Amino acid sequence: MSLSLSSMPHPGPRKDAAMAARLGASRKRADIIIRTLCIAATVIGLVLLASILITLFYRGFDALSLRVFTHITAPPGSEGGLLNAIVGSLIQSVIGTAIGTPIGMLVGTYLAEYAKDSWLGNAVRFVSDILLSAPSILIGLFVYQILVLPFGGFSGWAGIAALAIIVIPIVVRTTEDMLQLIPNTLREAVVGLGAPKWKMIVLVCWRSAIAGIMTGILLAVARVAGETAPLLFTSLGNNAWSTDLSKPMSSLPVTIYSFAGSPFEDWIALAWAGALLITLGVLSLNILARTLLRSRT
Amino acid sequence: MSLSTETQNQPTGSKSFGGMQARSEAALNDARVAIRNLDFFYGDNRALKGINLDLPDRQVTGMIGPSGCGKSTLLRILNRMYSLYPGQRATGEVLLDGQNIISDAVGVNELRAKVGMVFQKPTPFPMTIYDNIAFGIKLHEKLSKSEMGERIEWALTRAALWNEVKDRLDKSALGLSGGQQQRLCIARTIAVRPEVILFDEPTSALDPISTLKIEELIDELKRDFTIAIVTHNMQQAARCADQVAFFYLGELIEVAPAAQLFTAPKHPKTQEYITGRFG
Repeated sequence: MSLSLSSMPHPGPRKDAAMAARLGASRKRADIIIRTLCIAATVIGLVLLASILITLFYRGFDALSLRVFTHITAPPGSEGGLLNAIVGSLIQSVIGTAIGTPIGMLVGTYLAEYAKDSWLGNAVRFVSDILLSAPSILIGLFVYQILVLPFGGFSGWAGIAALAIIVIPIVVRTTEDMLQLIPNTLREAVVGLGAPKWKMIVLVCWRSAIAGIMTGILLAVARVAGETAPLLFTSLGNNAWSTDLSKPMSSLPVTIYSFAGSPFEDWIALAWAGALLITLGVLSLNILARTLLRSRT
Repeated sequence: MSLSTETQNQPTGSKSFGGMQARSEAALNDARVAIRNLDFFYGDNRALKGINLDLPDRQVTGMIGPSGCGKSTLLRILNRMYSLYPGQRATGEVLLDGQNIISDAVGVNELRAKVGMVFQKPTPFPMTIYDNIAFGIKLHEKLSKSEMGERIEWALTRAALWNEVKDRLDKSALGLSGGQQQRLCIARTIAVRPEVILFDEPTSALDPISTLKIEELIDELKRDFTIAIVTHNMQQAARCADQVAFFYLGELIEVAPAAQLFTAPKHPKTQEYITGRFG
């Protein structure tokens, strides 16, 4: 640079007031345009969401009665409820999560603690992320091919397997993310006392990350509780009372799917009631998950 | 500051070592840890160059120098913390109780029971105060409930924390203040009853009053433990350390009793650093 500081006198305060005012006005205009677009988009989103929720609550509460919880699904016009669908959904979601969670946690731990930058770790992470965003109907078809066709029929177990496969990548991701938030100094402090690595992970890292991991598990439950596609090809649905996992099993989403498309008014009303129940369930799981995460920080 | 005659007689800082074996044995008589011809590599980058240093038994060795000079690296060799990370390796000898602790023949968990470490940021575990202290003890010993209680009281007392926490041992350690958490970490370290304690900038995240408490504690602890402390604070080194080692660009430039190093440094680089001309 040939310019020395002394050859560049300070230009002093800006003197062209008209230019400043013009610039100010154009910036204000740009600000108003962008702000209006943002607000408009938000309003459209909120209106759509609100109309869905209002319709759901209006029609759902209308159809909701004690009978929904005490009677099983019945032919049109014969005073049926949703008991078998509710219980079927609970069984499949809970067992599916119970199977998927430990697998997901161990894979997530492997990725965060053992294979951070390894070739295998990157490959596993990539596959898990693909599984996370795979259309759930593909997972249903996959389980149909390996569990339904070879074993001669639809079953609760097949539904559970499909839901567990959906749970795994969600728990893998949250477990890995939460473990990565733990500072390395904490790990060094544990092994610095002479602890083997597995004790570091199980006794300290998991404990530090538990609130975040629980959040992921709750969100996974919320996700599978509302899944329809993977159950259509696996547990199929069942209009009779059955808790036998080797037989076809009813579930709320599949019942909603078949009732909502029927021409019978009492079935359609039950579909609304079922939709409301799932929404309330998912909503409360989400709120619980957020509370958990907040209590951690 | 009172310096024992033992410190002043330390043959530290001299760089000519002939006859490694005889040399090591002689040094071990008054040094708890003897570092000989130590090199350290981050990948291909040689971060420490031919370090020779003794840590005298039950004295405090301060390690000073500008950022990146290798002082923390040296500290992390003494409990093989570097072995957590692939691509880092040390060559040479670090003798503790006659064993070269950087060789794989020495079990890393047994080594860390002998050489404890306190970190820059307090690292309480997410469990109760009691369990924090018991964690390290349980790794190496099987104690009865009453023995465990005694050991925990002893460790917390030595760390000057007992009176503040004795009524809430079953509360989470995360609820303690920063200074208390750091003393908890010191208690956790001494509860394992190590021979050597490494302090890696233990007060740089603390307020002045907590800092003072930790410094008093270090002075107290050297009755029983051999201590090495890395610090960026030269006043701290002058206050705490019996001997001070000055590092620059991966080399040990000078080691001398603290009073001597800060008042009459032999090496011009040391002079420049302690007078604040660089670093």
